[in-house]
Amino acid sequence: MSKPVLRVQDLSVTFKNQTGGLLHRRERQIRAVDGISFDLHAGESLGIVGESGSGKSTLARAILGLVKSNRGRVLWMGEDLTAMDEEALRQKRKQLQIVFQDPIASLDPRMTAGDIIAEPLWTFHPNMARLQVEERTRGMMKMVGLLANQINRYPHEFSGGQCQRIGIARALVLNPRLVICDEPVSALDVSIQAQIINLLRDLQKKLGLALIFIAHDLSVVRHISDRVMVMYMGQAMELSEKTALFRRPLHPYTNALMRSVPIPDPKKAAQAARQTWLTGDMPSPYDPPSGCIFHTRCPYRIRRCTADVPVLRRMEHGDWAACHRAENLDLSIPATD
Amino acid sequence: MALLEVSGLHVEFETPEGRVRAVDGLDFVVKEGETLGIVGESGAGKSQLVMAMMGLLAENGSARGKALFRGEDLMQMSPRELNGIRGRNIAMIFQDPMTSLNPYLTIETQMVEVAMHHQRLRKHEARAHAVEMLRAVRMPDPEERIRQYPHEYSGGMRQRVMIAMGLLCEPDLLIADEPTTALDVTVQAQITQLVGELRTKAHMSIILITHDLAAVAELCDRILVMYAGEAVETGTVDDIFYRPQHPYTRGLLASVPRLDRAFDEDLHAIPGNPPNLLNLPSGCRFRDRCSEAREECKLRPPVWVDEGERMSRCVLPMEGGHIRQPAGPPGEAA
Repeated sequence: MSKPVLRVQDLSVTFKNQTGGLLHRRERQIRAVDGISFDLHAGESLGIVGESGSGKSTLARAILGLVKSNRGRVLWMGEDLTAMDEEALRQKRKQLQIVFQDPIASLDPRMTAGDIIAEPLWTFHPNMARLQVEERTRGMMKMVGLLANQINRYPHEFSGGQCQRIGIARALVLNPRLVICDEPVSALDVSIQAQIINLLRDLQKKLGLALIFIAHDLSVVRHISDRVMVMYMGQAMELSEKTALFRRPLHPYTNALMRSVPIPDPKKAAQAARQTWLTGDMPSPYDPPSGCIFHTRCPYRIRRCTADVPVLRRMEHGDWAACHRAENLDLSIPATD
Repeated sequence: MALLEVSGLHVEFETPEGRVRAVDGLDFVVKEGETLGIVGESGAGKSQLVMAMMGLLAENGSARGKALFRGEDLMQMSPRELNGIRGRNIAMIFQDPMTSLNPYLTIETQMVEVAMHHQRLRKHEARAHAVEMLRAVRMPDPEERIRQYPHEYSGGMRQRVMIAMGLLCEPDLLIADEPTTALDVTVQAQITQLVGELRTKAHMSIILITHDLAAVAELCDRILVMYAGEAVETGTVDDIFYRPQHPYTRGLLASVPRLDRAFDEDLHAIPGNPPNLLNLPSGCRFRDRCSEAREECKLRPPVWVDEGERMSRCVLPMEGGHIRQPAGPPGEAA
């Protein structure tokens, strides 16, 4: 296999905040991202899934250097991004782009669609001829399914799905090698979600992009990822090849997430009666549980789970799981349809 | 008798760009003990129709039509009368519980006030009742947690508080507007299940407004599908899921990514975008995005074909009350 374009090694991000009044000042820490490692190859698509507070968006920002990591490395083509100064990092960002969740809020309302898409070109290629910039902008608009005559319109004149297309065109205009999509369809209506997922998948294949696709919902990730990483409270619970993960999750948390995905079919919904696979809420990140971070909500916990931290380890078929019982649990999903 | 009977409901907003017809002539009923799902995407008008009935429209909005609750027209009531109905007979829960709770007051203060005002309970009775309701929504440790402030609760727990508050006055009708949309999927499952259980216990009717077809499949008896301010299809939950007639309903069902389906590469998408409500197309409002559109769809709006409880607004025939099997992807569900 070729060398990975991106290697994330033991990446950690800690947020500090102060609470209490003047007299009782305490400093508290949250480990938003806690020892995440993975490789990503050119043309490969990795899905990252987790509930709110799992650290998935912080991980994305830490990879791009948009938040400071306090441990670990991010190797892009062999160079450590976490060790670079601002200017060097800025140059690298040509190759590393991000698409955000809220398509409308992430676009400048006072700029036209054309200017929003062209802005990265002005920034990184200030000497590019105007005509060339416009040609490239129109080309991008066509590629993402916008009409050339919409080039002078403002974001409020577009629907949510169209705004997300503008965001994607802007992210792709510099020919990046890696695109991180942070919940790009969560804010969109379901009929539009499918359009955007299909578009991203087609573009990824066509352009040979490395893609990180962040979502809170496994059903969305299934359509766009080669491998899936499941995160919980800043840690990776499982990192598996997609087909294997959806057939037989290795980690009880993956299993719970998968079984919580509701089925839009009255008969199946009645049959499944959606057993509540997870009880309770996520623990406070200021006071994470001992041992396995998931043990407080895990239906399969044994005594060992409250004491020993399970490391993410390689399993029989090359997939990874952080669970003491991963070998012994059979969490196969019964085949349907 | 129907608990709620809505007819000819129109909601309009005056905006600088012109008049927006958010709800354009809507009829539906909710029977005693029944759960009606109102499904549609943003801009369909599903939230505004409820706001109009409850007298909660924004200042630039106006509404006309009838909304008979137990025979009395909500649309003709004074704010004072509506206020009484809202607390005692109809309860509402919204998408974001944080915006409906006062961040400066403890849950106890907020719940006790509601119970004292609407049920005329004394303070200690009201408190006991509030704790009981928190226990009913399976709040762990309700005696302790009732003393906390909203920010000390997680999103899922806040939504439980909202449901408990809604149930305080034992309403006849609970209107839930996207109650699980802001929650994580594991918590959604818990809340959906909870609403289902409480409905059976409390014998109330529910209007569930959502874009989440799975929640509707799990909870509802009947479904009303809305598009661009109009109802486009209604029927029992089985009708809508197994025998959808309107191309929009079929497209919507097919675009949901599902884990219970064999793996397939391409997600079905409805092409295009919802119409601008300021500038609606002639004829059928869905025709620009419809795979079945034909010449006549441009000429005049399709009529609301009435086959009793099964209705659709489309030129495609409903054969003898039985809807023809769709050719598209959702057909495999049957």
